[in-house]
Amino acid sequence: MTVRNVHSLIGQAAAATVGWLRAVSGDDAYERYLIHHARSHEGPPMSRRAFYEEREERKWSGVSRCC
Amino acid sequence: MKKIVGILLAAGGAIALGGIAFHRHEPINALWIVTAAVCIYALGYRFYAAWVAARVLSVDPSRATPAERYDNGRDFVPTHRWIAFGHHFAAIAGPGPLVGPTLAAQFGYLPGTLWILVGAVLGGCVQDMTILLLSTRRDGRSLGQMARDELGPFGGFAALIGTLLIMILLIAVLGLVVVNAMKHSPWSTATIFATVPVAMLVGVHLRRLRPGRILEASVLGVALVLLAVLAGGWVDTRPLLRGVFDWSSLPLAGFVIGYGWIAAILPVWLLLAPRDYLSTFLKLGTVALLAVAIVLLHPQIKMPALTSFVDGHGPLFGGKIFPFVFITIACGAVSGFHALISSGTTPKLIASEADVRLIGYGSMMLESFVAIMAMIAATLLDPGVFFAINSGAGVVGGAPAAAVHTISGWGFPVTVQQMQTLAQEMGETTLFARTGGAPSLAVGMASIFGNTFGRGLLSVWYHFAIMFEAVFILSTLDAGTRVGRFMLQDLLGHLYAPLGRTSWYPSVLFSSTLVVAGWGYFLYVGVIDPNGGVNILWPLFGIANQMLAAIALSVATGILVKSGKARYAAVTLLPLAWLAIVTTAAAWQKIMSADPRIGLLAAARSLATHLAAGTLPAQAAAAAPQLIFNQRLDAWLTGIFTAVLWLVILDMGRVCARKLRGLPVSAPSEAPYQAARLQPLTLSGRLSQEGGT
Repeated sequence: MTVRNVHSLIGQAAAATVGWLRAVSGDDAYERYLIHHARSHEGPPMSRRAFYEEREERKWSGVSRCC
Repeated sequence: MKKIVGILLAAGGAIALGGIAFHRHEPINALWIVTAAVCIYALGYRFYAAWVAARVLSVDPSRATPAERYDNGRDFVPTHRWIAFGHHFAAIAGPGPLVGPTLAAQFGYLPGTLWILVGAVLGGCVQDMTILLLSTRRDGRSLGQMARDELGPFGGFAALIGTLLIMILLIAVLGLVVVNAMKHSPWSTATIFATVPVAMLVGVHLRRLRPGRILEASVLGVALVLLAVLAGGWVDTRPLLRGVFDWSSLPLAGFVIGYGWIAAILPVWLLLAPRDYLSTFLKLGTVALLAVAIVLLHPQIKMPALTSFVDGHGPLFGGKIFPFVFITIACGAVSGFHALISSGTTPKLIASEADVRLIGYGSMMLESFVAIMAMIAATLLDPGVFFAINSGAGVVGGAPAAAVHTISGWGFPVTVQQMQTLAQEMGETTLFARTGGAPSLAVGMASIFGNTFGRGLLSVWYHFAIMFEAVFILSTLDAGTRVGRFMLQDLLGHLYAPLGRTSWYPSVLFSSTLVVAGWGYFLYVGVIDPNGGVNILWPLFGIANQMLAAIALSVATGILVKSGKARYAAVTLLPLAWLAIVTTAAAWQKIMSADPRIGLLAAARSLATHLAAGTLPAQAAAAAPQLIFNQRLDAWLTGIFTAVLWLVILDMGRVCARKLRGLPVSAPSEAPYQAARLQPLTLSGRLSQEGGT
């Protein structure tokens, strides 16, 4: 295994971790929504702010945290 | 190949357990416990969970999930299994598995550890996975709705009332844990107070400045709360500022109640949501860091395997090992609360039924491992130190000399000098009678982190651990108050319709105030209790949480029998039977025991006798009438929990008996089969699949 290979492996692992953290925290939720919306063609998509506000309201309207 | 892996795991687990067994009379290394745990989880996941998923639940990857059928890009979103795992774990993991094992450590390290492992693999993980699949098959319906559909209106009502009461007890006991951690500790108090404006700053960032950029806002917030830990240390060195943040427990309880009320009526984006982002990041980071540190440091366990307190006279809470170890450790072994997350929220993310084993069973395994780490952090302390921190002044005596005398008399030597040195190292004035579990866990975590990553920073590690627990707890407190409010509005809406409107502000104010008053009352009584309060509140919470687990397992058993799987019903029936036995035995003792350390009514009687005879000191006499009233109230609550539990079990038995005798039962509420057409997701999901095109 060369140094370059090791570097690229570390790079891939770091990118996967950041991607996972973005998904788990909801950081990329709006981008995912836009892709979904582009396929469904239902008029103009929500703005980033409107999407975020709606998501927060919905998330905290039920049991979403535990003991 | 699979067989070889299985045999290796079984051998590894057997050797580790053997290691624990043969070292019974000398200190063992924490690595034995970690190894035994990992092997047992791996065996449970590889064999039992796979069998339950395939045979009992008939998991069918060809069946479309609600996330696929209702995909709307918002709440119904097919999600890669590892991302859904992260969401689900972050939602179920709370402060419960940190506090319960710490308290149960008074019996020694062995009983709690065995219950955490066996309870999780055969009970908690099975419950979470089963409810997750059943709810996924029913369009993501909640536990209450499933209970109503499959058992009848009573089951649904019981689930709602049970959840509301648990919420109130949970918040009260967690509030008490935070209050005890802040009591006369300017450093902790300043740091914990500072997390409120930090959370608000993150909230404003996310709403106004850079909407939805959660990762950068969270990194900023975490950096600021770490700074707050250091700033608290600076406050601690300034006599004037020390005075500002030095409070006794009663005013601190007032702050926590006021905070809870304000958090409940403020918009979620300002305080609740950003605090939860901070808590999620701290949680994932600290759990990972703790696991690495425990393996690197592999400390010796100093607590004996079993202590003499198994006979019921333990200082943290009264009661014998059976049934009390099984209700003290609820989260970490079996937690009914998880059934609320496994139904409703997570099913809307499941991309394929094949994922429920990882997400349902796997997340609970990790939660159980957090409980194991909490047990290690509690038992690596000198037992004398552990008991000096966790015993209330009413049990061992208020003066340090009296406390160390009592504790050393039990056979756990400790000196005032030793406690003073430790308090100094941790940057505190005293560590005596810091009940609730948080300070002793923080001392344990600080010694793990300090010895692994640098001993000079012990006091910073201690206050980091306190801050971590407090952020966790306050985030549960905010979210719990809000959920309690919604449930109360749901109930009140039946009495007067406008009260049921969740966005009508007078109703929001009214119901939030009621919920906060509910837990605020229990928190207040806990604070004035000279025995620390946790000894009464935690068992009550444990009974309530196990009751909810029994309701969830009753729903699951009823559905299994109704769908013609009666021969596999033991998978949920056995954990149900065990929970029914321990909960009922514990409730019986809490109500009927003549020992005032255990029985609530006996305690009330004994206190009333002392009060009438005038043998109580003035301060205790002033608090006595409220304590007497509260102990009677707690006895009634315990009785109600037990009655609800048995009514649900009987209701389930009735439905099962009808089905087995061929009589008509309510129609199954499963959504009809539809073939899955979803392509397997990659970890980056649609972003990489379609983002480039």
